[in-house]
Amino acid sequence: MSLTVEIRFTLNGSPTRAAVPPGLTALAMLRDIVGLTGTKYGCGEGECGACTILVDGLSVNSCLMFAVECDGRAITTVEGLAADPANDRLRDAFVEEGGVQCGFCTPGMIVQSKYLLSQHPHPSHEQIRRGLEGNLCRCTGYKKIIEAVAKAAEGTP
Amino acid sequence: MVERYLAPTTLDEALKALAAGDATIVAGGTDVMPQSQAGRFKLGRTLVNIRRVAGLQGGAKEGDEIRLGALTTISQLREDAFIAKTLPVLAEAADHFASVQIRNMGTLGGNIGNASPAGDTLVPLLVLDAVVELRSAKGMRRLRLDEFFTGPGKTKRTPDELITNIFVPAPKPGFVARFAKFGTRPALDISAVSVGIAGIVKDGKISNVRVAYGAVAPTPVRGRAAEAALEGKTLDAATLAAAAKAAQGEVKPISDRRATAWYRREMIHNLVKKVLADVAHG
Ligand SMILES: Cc1cc2nc3c(=O)[nH]c(=O)nc-3n(C[C@H](O)[C@H](O)[C@H](O)COP(=O)(O)OP(=O)(O)OC[C@H]3O[C@@H](n4cnc5c(N)ncnc54)[C@H](O)[C@@H]3O)c2cc1C
Ligand code: FES
Ligand code: FES
Repeated sequence: MSLTVEIRFTLNGSPTRAAVPPGLTALAMLRDIVGLTGTKYGCGEGECGACTILVDGLSVNSCLMFAVECDGRAITTVEGLAADPANDRLRDAFVEEGGVQCGFCTPGMIVQSKYLLSQHPHPSHEQIRRGLEGNLCRCTGYKKIIEAVAKAAEGTP
Repeated sequence: MVERYLAPTTLDEALKALAAGDATIVAGGTDVMPQSQAGRFKLGRTLVNIRRVAGLQGGAKEGDEIRLGALTTISQLREDAFIAKTLPVLAEAADHFASVQIRNMGTLGGNIGNASPAGDTLVPLLVLDAVVELRSAKGMRRLRLDEFFTGPGKTKRTPDELITNIFVPAPKPGFVARFAKFGTRPALDISAVSVGIAGIVKDGKISNVRVAYGAVAPTPVRGRAAEAALEGKTLDAATLAAAAKAAQGEVKPISDRRATAWYRREMIHNLVKKVLADVAHG
């Protein structure tokens, strides 16, 4: 019999419960137990940022986080951001600036951009580059992603 | 196979959990998780998540020392106003550490506990004369950081001990410490080599010199030959050249996929010069 731990947390604003094995990653819990597949598995070792989520407002790699560590915390995934109209500007900027090609990196990029904008509401290009240094993209060459984040910040009070 | 998961909120509970034996400590998990997933690190029967233990966060001045809690995250080292003012070399090291996401999770205690020869806080802590505070159910002891590491991933910590705090002497007037790491790209790169240098700079002369290197030996190490070449000297071109030569001569790096031994020695030579120039400029 393998051990599972009962945890309770807030997921995208809703109280959630899950029974998770202690060695499980938060990423595997989100995708395989909870069924939210927006958060991507890229490398599984902290290198690519495709699995980025917000934990109590801080961005982290969910592939490096133990699922049990979600207990008592507020977790936000790309699905949670998509449901909030306040983030429409960020999504639209990615679409309009061509920041999305195959789309695999996009959930992580969006979540990390959200975090970056929470830290720097009016970021310089250099701050955007530094803020996204943990997110890899195989398609866009980054320039359009940086422009998308800059555009999303425009007109923000 | 993990049979028990504990998330203590007090130090006493955490130490009790470790005293019971066969426990794995998890702080940020940024080393434990990838190493255990890859099968390079076997989790104990009990997983002790120390993240919620109260009182082990942040930095503060205590008497003539500065205390840094083991659970201070790398992001906090980078952004905390007190640390930026009193120990800017730690903020400098934190700025070049991994990525935003990993800095938000990874902790100072985890960087020390992981004992990588390339750990980026370890070289600055060595030149700051850091002392590690260890606590167990049996009591407390302090070990100098330069005597704490015994090999890659190995330390003098016994399995029932928790790293609770790091102490460094409060910097004296004129104290300067700088750090630089070299990797192949700015973000998410483990140091191929790193150098830290500290000392008291007065009238262009440096004294109380501390030099340390990362990723050139099985543990982060002090650079005694470079220290001797610098102690009491004026920081001019000749001193810089002599110290860089001494450093190049005393390190015994290995070749691996990140860099060859020859390349590492060359980089140590150049980094020592660069960091000394930074020190000379304050
Ligand atoms: C993609 C990637 C990039 C990285 N880049 C860097 C880098 O640039 N520079 C760098 O230095 N490191 C880097 N690391 C390594 C890692 O992020 C750091 O070592 C980090 O500081 C570890 O902290 P943690 O809290 O996550 O440790 P954990 O993974 O929780 O623990 C690490 C080890 O220390 C032990 N431990 C943790 N806390 C304590 C304590 N209080 N007392 C006793 N033992 C303890 C654990 O049992 C474990 O053995 C990187 C890792 C990844 C995955
Ligand atoms: S899947 Fe987590 S960083 Fe790549
Ligand atoms: S759009 Fe394809 S990886 Fe970024």
